[in-house]
Amino acid sequence: MTDITRDAEITTTEGQSGFPFIAATVLTIVVVCAAFGPWLAPHAADAISLRDAMTPPAWEEGGESGFLLGTDNLGRDILSRIIAGARVSVVIAAYAILLSGGIGAALGMIAGYFGGVPDSIISRLIDVQMSVPSLPLALLFASVLPPGEGMVILVIVMTYWTWYARIVRGEVLSLRERDFIALAKVAGVSTPIIFIRHLTPNILNTMLVLATLQFGSVIVFEAGLSFLGLGIQPPQVSWGGMLSDGRNFIEVAWWLITIPGIAIMASCLASNILGDWLRDTFDPVRRQL
Amino acid sequence: MRQYIYKRLWQGAIAIVGALFIVFIAQRLSGDPVALLLPMDATEEDFAAMRVELGLDRPFVVQFGLFFSDAVRGDFGDSYLWNQPAMSLLLDRLPATLELALAGLVFAILLAVPLGVLSAAYRGGWIDNTAKLFAMLGQAMPGFWVGLLLIVVIAVKLQWLPAYGRGTLAHLILPAIALGWYPVAAMTRTLRSSMLDILESDYIRMERAVGIPERLIIWRYALRNAAVPLVTMIGVYFANMLGGAFVIEVVFAWPGVGRTVVEAVFARDFPVVQAGVVLASVVFVVVNLIVDLSYGFIDPRIRHD
Repeated sequence: MTDITRDAEITTTEGQSGFPFIAATVLTIVVVCAAFGPWLAPHAADAISLRDAMTPPAWEEGGESGFLLGTDNLGRDILSRIIAGARVSVVIAAYAILLSGGIGAALGMIAGYFGGVPDSIISRLIDVQMSVPSLPLALLFASVLPPGEGMVILVIVMTYWTWYARIVRGEVLSLRERDFIALAKVAGVSTPIIFIRHLTPNILNTMLVLATLQFGSVIVFEAGLSFLGLGIQPPQVSWGGMLSDGRNFIEVAWWLITIPGIAIMASCLASNILGDWLRDTFDPVRRQL
Repeated sequence: MRQYIYKRLWQGAIAIVGALFIVFIAQRLSGDPVALLLPMDATEEDFAAMRVELGLDRPFVVQFGLFFSDAVRGDFGDSYLWNQPAMSLLLDRLPATLELALAGLVFAILLAVPLGVLSAAYRGGWIDNTAKLFAMLGQAMPGFWVGLLLIVVIAVKLQWLPAYGRGTLAHLILPAIALGWYPVAAMTRTLRSSMLDILESDYIRMERAVGIPERLIIWRYALRNAAVPLVTMIGVYFANMLGGAFVIEVVFAWPGVGRTVVEAVFARDFPVVQAGVVLASVVFVVVNLIVDLSYGFIDPRIRHD
């Protein structure tokens, strides 16, 4: 979970070059559901209707076309809840990516550019952070902070900023030796301007690849926390929370634990595939043979 | 080599101190660490005694010093749910977690080695393509969900294996698969790519030229060298699995460290939670240290100067 470059290589498809339409479509659907969910969903996500409880998906015997993916033990529509859950996943992922990317990139740039003491301090921080497994860390914070979106985002940022920091540090280490940086320095360009105008544009591609790959990873992580009951709290809907609810009816209603899992898997898979494609496109050299 | 060992030991020590510091900060984040560390029915005297023990009236550095000196002796306070020292409670449960993680690792290796070798040997064939598909799906399926699906299909529908608890070997199989699921993909791809490199190398060509059977070349001569990156990876994944076990243990009601800590979070049994985080970090650091130091023994070409 911690080594993004190693994990990312795994999903690389050999000789893949075409734009991954299916992956892009899946991600678009997730984002559209997040943005326009309340208008798209056939029912309200929390509309209880005990008369319709435990309706199987429409294609199963006993299914109803009004509840395409079935209902849960309170008669709430699964499709509408999946759409509502997309919103939570996307919002958390967006905050988590912006914050961990911003903090990680800033620290990585400082460490790589200045070297010396700042580099040692930041590198040690990365070591420490990477030696605390993320799930136990999440449990620690869950036990002292009020649960909910804020706590989940904090834990994800604490876990993932190291991805960005390590990779950006490496890139900046080689960038700072390049002529255009040396020339900018000679020309008297101030350090903040060098960071913003000369370093940032050169790491943007890497950041975009990391962010795309992190999207899937965050969705899985958040689902795990919510599944344990430590992440998103009811009545807010999350895919992990749906799995946790469905667990109580595992023997009678297979769709309650299958469908939210498929949503998680599809989002994560799509983000991995798109991230790999972006990496190959931006940096053909790193493409796996 | 000796210098390298010292450096890694030093780094490991810093990492553990850092983890302790994070726990310490989290304890103070809650506002009142005394309320966090004492049970609901604690008396006013208990509170006063705990305040003195934590040194809350003294400077921040002294407070961390007090916490640190307790921590290195394994004293994180008593669990008020179980009425025993938090660390010894967790150490009692550690064997169950190690057993699960080890079983997960065995599952991952048993699946990844044949898949990786055959994918490389029959590059582009159906095994290669299937393994590739599995790798992509495997990375995207959270282990706890795999666990739930296994319970539905294998335990509930087919009734082949028990779904919950610990005891017989049969109890171990499903949680081990759920936990070992994730690293299979990574291990398969790593082994595949190192096998591909080695199958192209001169000594393998030589062996082919002298007529050694292909099967022997692949499974004996090539695999032995190609396994080096895999072996180093196994340690890293073993460390990660100990963390991953936290969720899997909850899914399968496995009586290990993870489930105990998750229960402690809900019971607001903070001494157990902080002991759990520290224990997980120490195990993680130690396993990684052993892996790093073993590089040189596994592959003499990468002895550290």
